[in-house]
Amino acid sequence: MAWNLNSDRPIFMQLIEIIQISIISGKYAPGSKLPSVRDLASEAAVNPNTMQKALAELERSGLVFSQRTSGRFITEDVAMIEDLKSTLAKEKMKQFLESMRQLGFQKEETLALMSKFLKGDHS
Amino acid sequence: MSTILECKNLSKAYGGKTALSHVSLSLNGGHIIGLLGPNGSGKTTLIKLINGLLTPSEGSLLVGGHPVGVESKRITSYLPDQSYLNANLKIKEIISYFDDFYNDFDKARAYDMLEKLSIHPEAKLKTMSKGTKEKVQLILVMSRRAKLYILDEPIAGVDPAARDYILNTILSNYEEDATILISTHLISDIENILDEVIFIKDGQIVLNSSVDKIREENGKSVDSLFREVFKC
Repeated sequence: MAWNLNSDRPIFMQLIEIIQISIISGKYAPGSKLPSVRDLASEAAVNPNTMQKALAELERSGLVFSQRTSGRFITEDVAMIEDLKSTLAKEKMKQFLESMRQLGFQKEETLALMSKFLKGDHS
Repeated sequence: MSTILECKNLSKAYGGKTALSHVSLSLNGGHIIGLLGPNGSGKTTLIKLINGLLTPSEGSLLVGGHPVGVESKRITSYLPDQSYLNANLKIKEIISYFDDFYNDFDKARAYDMLEKLSIHPEAKLKTMSKGTKEKVQLILVMSRRAKLYILDEPIAGVDPAARDYILNTILSNYEEDATILISTHLISDIENILDEVIFIKDGQIVLNSSVDKIREENGKSVDSLFREVFKC
């Protein structure tokens, strides 16, 4: 199954996001080896050069490191992965609050609605 | 990175009609390039010039540093838009024919791909559906270890599921330093596997850019941009 990619944003950025989420969710565990560029590209159904670019960017950020002969690995720095997790969580919340604002909800109203919703009141 | 294809000021006219007009183009090794344009824009003319099936009216063309001829054909694997194979032959006969003809043909790879697609080597080409024939031809073309693959409408006749398989076949079988030039108008199906796209219109190149650059600059897919540029 090819990865689910949008058609209007640069592909390599979307690949980065998908791999980041795979790392956060533990699909790729800290310290584990990533599949080869070609295998990942084939799995995602994208151009290997684009996948290479995404991995190079992940490497630059430190989330992934390469060992000359044996391939690419996920960082063992669990704190870094946790940091990324909270950064992405904040971004999601920002987006959510922005959508709510467009619907006409103030922050306090959104919060009240949210806690009501979480208590199981979906009416 | 080495240049695999170099066109300079290339033109082709049929009688009074210009099919290709002053095209200059340079393609690097290791890239997958989409040659995109509406019907009659000059895609196939350009491809036939590269393969030596047509001679240019003007301009020059180098493939891997060689002028079009035996040396350039040795490193170019070409999937034409129409079949030229003898339909009375069995698949295994066609394979041994290719094996004899091309030094870089990898027989084992061809049989491997046939097996993955459950195509029987004993079957005759004429007994196959249009889509299966297209798959066989693509297998033959991708089984060569060429420097330049030229695929003219490789996915036009097959269903979406087979399309995915064919794209995957292309991705997993081309040599890493080889270049693939794919002509198509089924852009959305193919967009994710391309490095670069060339838009061709009325025999001229109107855009030559990378897919991600187009998306970044326009905030839209190559497919949407195509629809805009070639709006009827």
